[in-house]
Amino acid sequence: MIEVNNLSKVFGTKTAVNHLSFTVQKGEVLGFLGPNGAGKSTSMRMITGYLPPTSGSVKVCGFDIVNDPIAAKRKIGYLPEAAPSYADMTVISFLNFSAELRGLSGQAKKAAVRRAVDLTFLDSVLNQDIDTLSKGYKHRTCLAQSLIHDPEVLILDEPTDGLDPNQKHEVRQLIKRMGETKTIIFSTHILEEVEAVCSRAIIIDRGNIVANGTPAELKASAALAGSVLLSLRSGVDAEALRQRVAARPGVLRGEIVVADGPRVVLRAMPDRSKAQGTLSGTLAQWAVSEQLGLEDIRVEEGRLDDVFRALTVTDAASQAAKAAEAIEAAKAAEAIEAAKAAEAIEAAKAAEAAQQAAQQAQQQGEQA
Amino acid sequence: MSAWSGIKTIAKRELAAYFDAPIAYVFIVIFLLLAGFFTFTFGSFFERGEASLVSFFSWHPWLYLFLVPAVGMRLWAEERRLGTMELLMTMPIAPWQAIVGKFLASWIFIGIALLFTFPVIITVNWLGNPDNGVIIAGYIGSLFMAGAYLAVASMTSALSRNQVVSFVLAVMICLALIMVGFDPVTSLLSRWASPNVIEAIAAFSVMTHFDGVVKGVLDFKDVVYFASVIGFGLFTTGVIIRSQRA
Repeated sequence: MIEVNNLSKVFGTKTAVNHLSFTVQKGEVLGFLGPNGAGKSTSMRMITGYLPPTSGSVKVCGFDIVNDPIAAKRKIGYLPEAAPSYADMTVISFLNFSAELRGLSGQAKKAAVRRAVDLTFLDSVLNQDIDTLSKGYKHRTCLAQSLIHDPEVLILDEPTDGLDPNQKHEVRQLIKRMGETKTIIFSTHILEEVEAVCSRAIIIDRGNIVANGTPAELKASAALAGSVLLSLRSGVDAEALRQRVAARPGVLRGEIVVADGPRVVLRAMPDRSKAQGTLSGTLAQWAVSEQLGLEDIRVEEGRLDDVFRALTVTDAASQAAKAAEAIEAAKAAEAIEAAKAAEAIEAAKAAEAAQQAAQQAQQQGEQA
Repeated sequence: MSAWSGIKTIAKRELAAYFDAPIAYVFIVIFLLLAGFFTFTFGSFFERGEASLVSFFSWHPWLYLFLVPAVGMRLWAEERRLGTMELLMTMPIAPWQAIVGKFLASWIFIGIALLFTFPVIITVNWLGNPDNGVIIAGYIGSLFMAGAYLAVASMTSALSRNQVVSFVLAVMICLALIMVGFDPVTSLLSRWASPNVIEAIAAFSVMTHFDGVVKGVLDFKDVVYFASVIGFGLFTTGVIIRSQRA
């Protein structure tokens, strides 16, 4: 169990981490998300006792990392960001060294090294010098080091960075499996990883927590989450259809996503202030009864990307968020099969323009 | 885990790292060549006509000046360059254990190099009847002096991730430790300063404390001096490492 209380780190005049507080229980896998420089690594370095905090406290399994560092560090397995290891050692001697530093010896050491090697599939390179290994193997060697004493708490800074897709999958499975009995914090840039592995995610931006919840909760907070996409084929004019959809109860507003002759794709944004029921169901019934040629209907799940971007983009946020929505729209248009090539190109162009706008907005934000 | 086993683990790895690299053997060979060269040519081992190793030991302060920083420069600089500092400092050992362990490994390495000078003992015993007690005292004193240099190198190694920078800094500091007690320098200074001042400054020099060792007198005072340089160097290493993490 990890308790982080009002943790802050100030480098000179720059506040890297600003009054961070959260707890992670046993059996929880906490995903640590945030853009580069958000303070993820700094937080992890403080939790593992590498950096002393400017203020606040960290307790690992009840031991304070500042006042009782040795006891706390015993409980932790740590994979630092760049997965460092001693280049001139062989994999096996490096693991033996780590095991000895963890106070293991004799048979216990042997068994521990064996276990870590099996978990990380290092068998084939045991006697190779670490500097002759590929990046993936180097990374796994350092990961093995963090697992060697079967720690109660695992802190993994970008554990899948630099691995190939198969290895990524294996490491994710490993984290997920271990997460059932351990307390795990891991940081990542890959959002699908969070959905695949985490039981909870924290998004931090410029040293502050901006979101904290299960992946499903976070996704639900996406701007487009819960909106209904209707694909209709009828002779009715797109604008007229949009107005009719917007007038339905429970619909806040309607948008035209694709208008392609008789085929029209509309997005109905739910009115979150009113009790919703199943908006998609009522809309489907309505479309059928009105004989609007309903071809497809689906509910937008919301995407972590959108949440991430909406929460972490800088001051030009509103513009960038709009751009992100435009990109989303273009993607939705593509997803619905019947979209013609020309239209797709147009949509892509729109997306590109939107992206440029987003970039410009971001640059402006950065300049500001 | 006891404090000692942590130190031992660190020292064992560090010592293995020395011998894993060809540089260790190169170092030992150069050390032996230079030691022999100085002893038999500049030291005029034969011309002295006495059964002692004065001509051997009296060059050690100068020999160590370059060789010991070369041994010590990697201690912490390498750790920072590889990023393994972060691993080491998050292991359940106290930083001082790592500092002492690393220092001991490099000290043992120098000790091994020093052991390989045994032919000079055989030679002097074969040629005459030296006082072997004096020779052993000389070796112990020499090892202590190497330890003092190493502690300085450990400190400068912690200052930079660049080994060359740490080497140059260590050489400069060790040179200063020699110079303040080096006869040509002190006699030059005696024109301006009072003898008391010069003596006080010279007390900080390795030369002052190694002189007796060369003559075969291993004074407790000198051992205390070398031990306190070691203590100061390692303590400062700890302070530097801590300040870098903050």
